[in-house]
Amino acid sequence: MKNKYSVFSLIKNALSQHENWQQAWGNPEPKKEYEAIIVGGGGHGLATAYYLAKKHNLKNIAVLEKGWIGGGNTGRNTTIIRSNYLWDASAGLYDHALKLWENLSQELNYNVMFSQRGVMNLAHNLQDVRDLKRRTHANRLNGIDAVWLNTEEVKKFCPIINTSPDIRYPVLGGTLQRRAGTARHDAVAWGYARGASDMGVDIIQNCEVKGIKRNGDKVEGLETTKGFIKTNKIGVVAAGHSSVIASMAGLKLPLESKPLQALVSEPVKPIIDTVVMSNAVHAYVSQSDKGELVIGAGTDSYVSYTQRGSHNIVEETLKAILELYPIFSRMKMLRQWGGIVDICPDASPIISKTNIKGLYFNCGWGTGGFKATPGSGDLFAHTIANDEPHKLNAAFNLNRFVSGDLVDEHGAAAVAH
Amino acid sequence: MFLINCPFCGERDQSEFYSGGEAHIVRPKQPTELSDDEWAEYLFMRKNIKGVQFERWNHIHGCRKWFNVVRDTSNDKILSVYKMGEKPPVNYK
Repeated sequence: MKNKYSVFSLIKNALSQHENWQQAWGNPEPKKEYEAIIVGGGGHGLATAYYLAKKHNLKNIAVLEKGWIGGGNTGRNTTIIRSNYLWDASAGLYDHALKLWENLSQELNYNVMFSQRGVMNLAHNLQDVRDLKRRTHANRLNGIDAVWLNTEEVKKFCPIINTSPDIRYPVLGGTLQRRAGTARHDAVAWGYARGASDMGVDIIQNCEVKGIKRNGDKVEGLETTKGFIKTNKIGVVAAGHSSVIASMAGLKLPLESKPLQALVSEPVKPIIDTVVMSNAVHAYVSQSDKGELVIGAGTDSYVSYTQRGSHNIVEETLKAILELYPIFSRMKMLRQWGGIVDICPDASPIISKTNIKGLYFNCGWGTGGFKATPGSGDLFAHTIANDEPHKLNAAFNLNRFVSGDLVDEHGAAAVAH
Repeated sequence: MFLINCPFCGERDQSEFYSGGEAHIVRPKQPTELSDDEWAEYLFMRKNIKGVQFERWNHIHGCRKWFNVVRDTSNDKILSVYKMGEKPPVNYK
């Protein structure tokens, strides 16, 4: 790798006041033709390009991004990473990603600040207890670490939780995945961009796709705001805008795009050293390295592309947070934002070929795509390079909505992704 | 966040309403005749438009009645509201 980051490069650049660091990725104009084009320069898209170049030896690739890389949902999520999903197909997919996370900083020579601080999912009623215990057993059968904690153990693991039995939704226990945690979301996009650019991938920002050129049942190229670009393989990783791109090829997807909100508080000293999620009251919280509480809220019920979200959703989330963590009652919230998430009817993603030759979709991650970034990129690259899915993403095909072979993670997983 | 003009109750806050998604998806007349592809199209495939979309809404914390809304999903502006069974306005594509 050119310009490898190390303690020596840090010292060397410190001596020149950090003014001579080289640009981490290039800023090229698009060529006339590429072997493959990835639409969408978020974490998943950049990871796809990275693994296409690295493992499948495709060198003439471009990533097109209508804004700036990592400016969409990659930079808007609450950075939670876990793999404790119920079904075998999901467990395989998400744990593949988690294993890649564990070595990602070394792989990319870029500190993604992956922190395995554990993710705890709380149970508030008897059905939660049954569901979460069932999921713990399913996880362990799939080789994924999971333990059940009773109320006292929950309190011991995270002392600031209100475990009083007389609150509206008392804590009856919870599950804990210790290998789960968080990472720095921007660093993931930047690390993959740097790695891909280093192998010759063109990362083209401020370039919006306006149309897909088809010849019969195969693709021939893309109309963009920077002109027509020829290619035989298009991988679309456009999250909330997947349906918009699909309609350019005359396709309909089983997706609805909705705003999902998050917010952060003013920074405070370390108070919560893990991630706690609660499905029933829909509140989850962790603390960033800067000290801000990172709080995830729910989605709106309606389709929207506004990246804002409704105030009542935030209000409900904060009510739940306050009941569970009375200590936060005087915290001030600093920022609130929304991202547009593409939700599948079965709450599982689509990493799939389509009935148009050379057109591939990686979408439907809904409210929980960040955790899968490395695995999603790896498997999508495999699917594009071989025109065949990998065995880990075979179940996540588009045809499952016709065959009925859904991967229903809705009620089964810890829904608040 | 926006206001919706319920055709029965008048203008109310959006949080009183439930979105029922895309409108005018016709229930199959002969379900037993449908192919798997047609079932997938009916049950799962959605236009999910960025722009002017025809939707069903329910005033769930009010009169509990269903009605149709024409809304621009790129800015949440409501362009028109009309009752169930009424013809959709034609001046939007």
